[in-house]
Amino acid sequence: MLYFAKWKIAVILAVCLLGLAFTAPNFMSSQTRQSIPDWLPNQSINLGLDLQGGSHLLLQIDSEAVLRDRMTDLAEAMRNDLGDIRPRIRRSGFQIGDRSVSFQVRDTERMDEVREVLRGLVTQIGGGLAVGAGGPDLQITADGNRFIATLTEAGEKARLAAAVQQSIEIVRRRVDETGVNEPTIQRQGEDRIIIQLPGVEDPDRIKRLLGRTAKMTFHLVDLSADPNADRLPPGTMRVFEERDGAEIPWAVRKKVEVSGEHLVDAQPNYQDGRPVVAFRFDAIGARRFGQITSQNVGRPFAIILDDKVVSAPRIESAILQGSGIITGGFSVQEANDLAVLLRAGALPAPLTILEERTVGPDLGRDSVAAGETAAVIGFAAVVVFMFLAYGPVFGVAANTALITNLFLIFGALSALQATLTLPGIAGIVLTIGMAVDANVLVFERIREELSNGRSPFNAVEAGYQRALTTIVDANVTTGFAAAVLFAMGSGPVRGFAVTLFLGIVCSMFTAILLSRMIIAFWLRRKRPNVLTV
Amino acid sequence: MFRLKLVPEKTTLRFMDRRRIAFALSVLMILGSVAIYFGQGLNRGIDFEGGILVEVKTDGPADLGAMRNLMNGLGLGEVALQEFGAPDDVLIRVERQPGEAEAQQAAVAVVKSALDPEFPGISYRRVEFVGPTVSGELVEAATIAVLTAVAIMLIYIWLRFEWHFSVGAVIALVHDVIITLGMFAITGIEFNLASVAAVLTIVGYSINDTVVVYDRIRENLRKYKQLPLPDLLNVSINDTLSRTVMTSVTTLLALVALFIFGGEVIRGFAFAMIWGVVIGTYSSIFVAAPVLIVLGLKRGSRDTEDEPDAKAIA
Repeated sequence: MLYFAKWKIAVILAVCLLGLAFTAPNFMSSQTRQSIPDWLPNQSINLGLDLQGGSHLLLQIDSEAVLRDRMTDLAEAMRNDLGDIRPRIRRSGFQIGDRSVSFQVRDTERMDEVREVLRGLVTQIGGGLAVGAGGPDLQITADGNRFIATLTEAGEKARLAAAVQQSIEIVRRRVDETGVNEPTIQRQGEDRIIIQLPGVEDPDRIKRLLGRTAKMTFHLVDLSADPNADRLPPGTMRVFEERDGAEIPWAVRKKVEVSGEHLVDAQPNYQDGRPVVAFRFDAIGARRFGQITSQNVGRPFAIILDDKVVSAPRIESAILQGSGIITGGFSVQEANDLAVLLRAGALPAPLTILEERTVGPDLGRDSVAAGETAAVIGFAAVVVFMFLAYGPVFGVAANTALITNLFLIFGALSALQATLTLPGIAGIVLTIGMAVDANVLVFERIREELSNGRSPFNAVEAGYQRALTTIVDANVTTGFAAAVLFAMGSGPVRGFAVTLFLGIVCSMFTAILLSRMIIAFWLRRKRPNVLTV
Repeated sequence: MFRLKLVPEKTTLRFMDRRRIAFALSVLMILGSVAIYFGQGLNRGIDFEGGILVEVKTDGPADLGAMRNLMNGLGLGEVALQEFGAPDDVLIRVERQPGEAEAQQAAVAVVKSALDPEFPGISYRRVEFVGPTVSGELVEAATIAVLTAVAIMLIYIWLRFEWHFSVGAVIALVHDVIITLGMFAITGIEFNLASVAAVLTIVGYSINDTVVVYDRIRENLRKYKQLPLPDLLNVSINDTLSRTVMTSVTTLLALVALFIFGGEVIRGFAFAMIWGVVIGTYSSIFVAAPVLIVLGLKRGSRDTEDEPDAKAIA
């Protein structure tokens, strides 16, 4: 155990130097860091939001709404595809459920034809790249003359995954509009999105922006219907406009004349000194907008945003250049927000904020400072104690191992770009205390072997050998605890698990290899006849 | 040359003679913990309970009374205020609002708009809310985590030792977890995600300590063939006593530094860990080892098979 091959010594020293090299950037200013070429370690540790300040939001997509929309779209697709068949197939209206669409065919002899059309609407979901299990997204069953198209589990998963993906894209655009630096937006689980916003102290604006679906559509107003009537004619719906705290009903045609998908730009602006939002359509949108406005001059045109009428201005003249203005009694803030929302596009379904954790920058700074103080004092106490307990040879060897251990942990955290959190700092301080355990085990063992009458060389040799299994057993079990923490934990707790785990690995390396090497060198040089540990 | 020795080189303390007292004490602590746990319950933080947490810094020392009156007048149910580390630092906890996450979010806005005009210069150091869906899931995840960790330990020790050791270690672990939960209940320290991390670390520390003692017991079982089990356990614990104390002390040194200087947010965590180190050390000596006697560990089983060179020094 006391002989080290040259290459082993080289490897041990190389690992220690690497730890040092990767730790070094943390002590430099960011300008110095940036001037270091990329082939050298130049990254500092990532501070978690609890240490640098910022806002963490957990969002959930309304999966019921996603599936409902999917079923509505499916019914629409069926209506179109079946409607294309000549001669017409007579059928009942569609019944749209949460996960199914059904209808009855009156021309029972033409069931096969209908089945053929429905089959065309089924998409195969690839098992390989797509999320979830493969297979068809819809299951078509017939019950007498009734067809039922049901969303399969694979179809549901795929639809949800697509909606989450799309939402992440829209969320990213909206967040980017607010100028947050380096936001992290990730999917979590089946229907959730995690947003990390470093440096954001007051996420109210972002929450407001994310709280809206921003589905905008343009509809004609049904002037023949009384918006207050109990029953509106088919094809017309009642939508409210909020004005001065009151809700004013409008009777609008259900048909979407132009939808917000065709918007290419929206900017806040002023008209007669009042905030408005100016928008511009793409080519298709502009053409449709031109058609509608030229055919309906003099009639009001309702702009509906998230099931509310924003305004319903009268069409003064045909608008052919594809741009317009939304007035709606906005404040400057509201006009700004609306422009952002329209530019970023609509969410496929509403998002709910399940969890928010915002830490101000001064609390983060205080936590880092307190953590540093605790680490330095804890470290000093342990070093002094070890020196007093094991003297200038063994104590120093153990302390060298401990310092190296810290460099290795910081180096590994920087190299892996792991996130250091407040519990993570606690993990490091705890590691300082526990890391010496391996050396304590060895040294106590050496003391025993010495008192059993072994020679210094033999005692040290036996001490390391015998303590090894204990060290491995004891550390593996703690390592398991850290692994479990990492697997179940989120955010800060994960940060703790990472430092705890790294601490265990690094302390085994430094205690078993580094301190042994130091002591072996010393023994070879001094060749003491009597050894005091 | 001077050496700081907390434990004399050779000790012959008769731990096992005291095992009945220790068992009684452990049983008492466990019963007490369970009683307090189900009686008073844990002071669950918003991670597990849902609700709102706001930490504010006021301009000058905070008038807690005025702030409490203000908060209680908002109709948000139970509101708890506490000074947090400094006179101008206040932690406000509002109970979970009926309804989903939106309700929590709305209540945050209510709290802020009430505080802003009354306390000019107030700044928000932390704003957190957790909806009921998430808090329910976190409880589940935490429970699974602790159970998984204990199960993995059980299996690992079973693979490395005789089954008695595995069962003994897990009994000691469960003992530590229950008493730690009891400590949380009795002190009213907030139980949150960091506390679960503390409990799992205690599990790790305690098993670490137990394994060291068990390792020595296994070794001595081979070495001292004739020694009665209680005496053998005494020898093993005495052999490792110096190490046990040394490691506990260094760990405690680091933890005490964390407790005193680590800041208010981490203080509860540090306290739980300090408690865990003490209870984990106690359980390795007074629970994990004597339980082997109760479990009927016998000589001549797998771990004690003959090794020709083993010398009996009885």
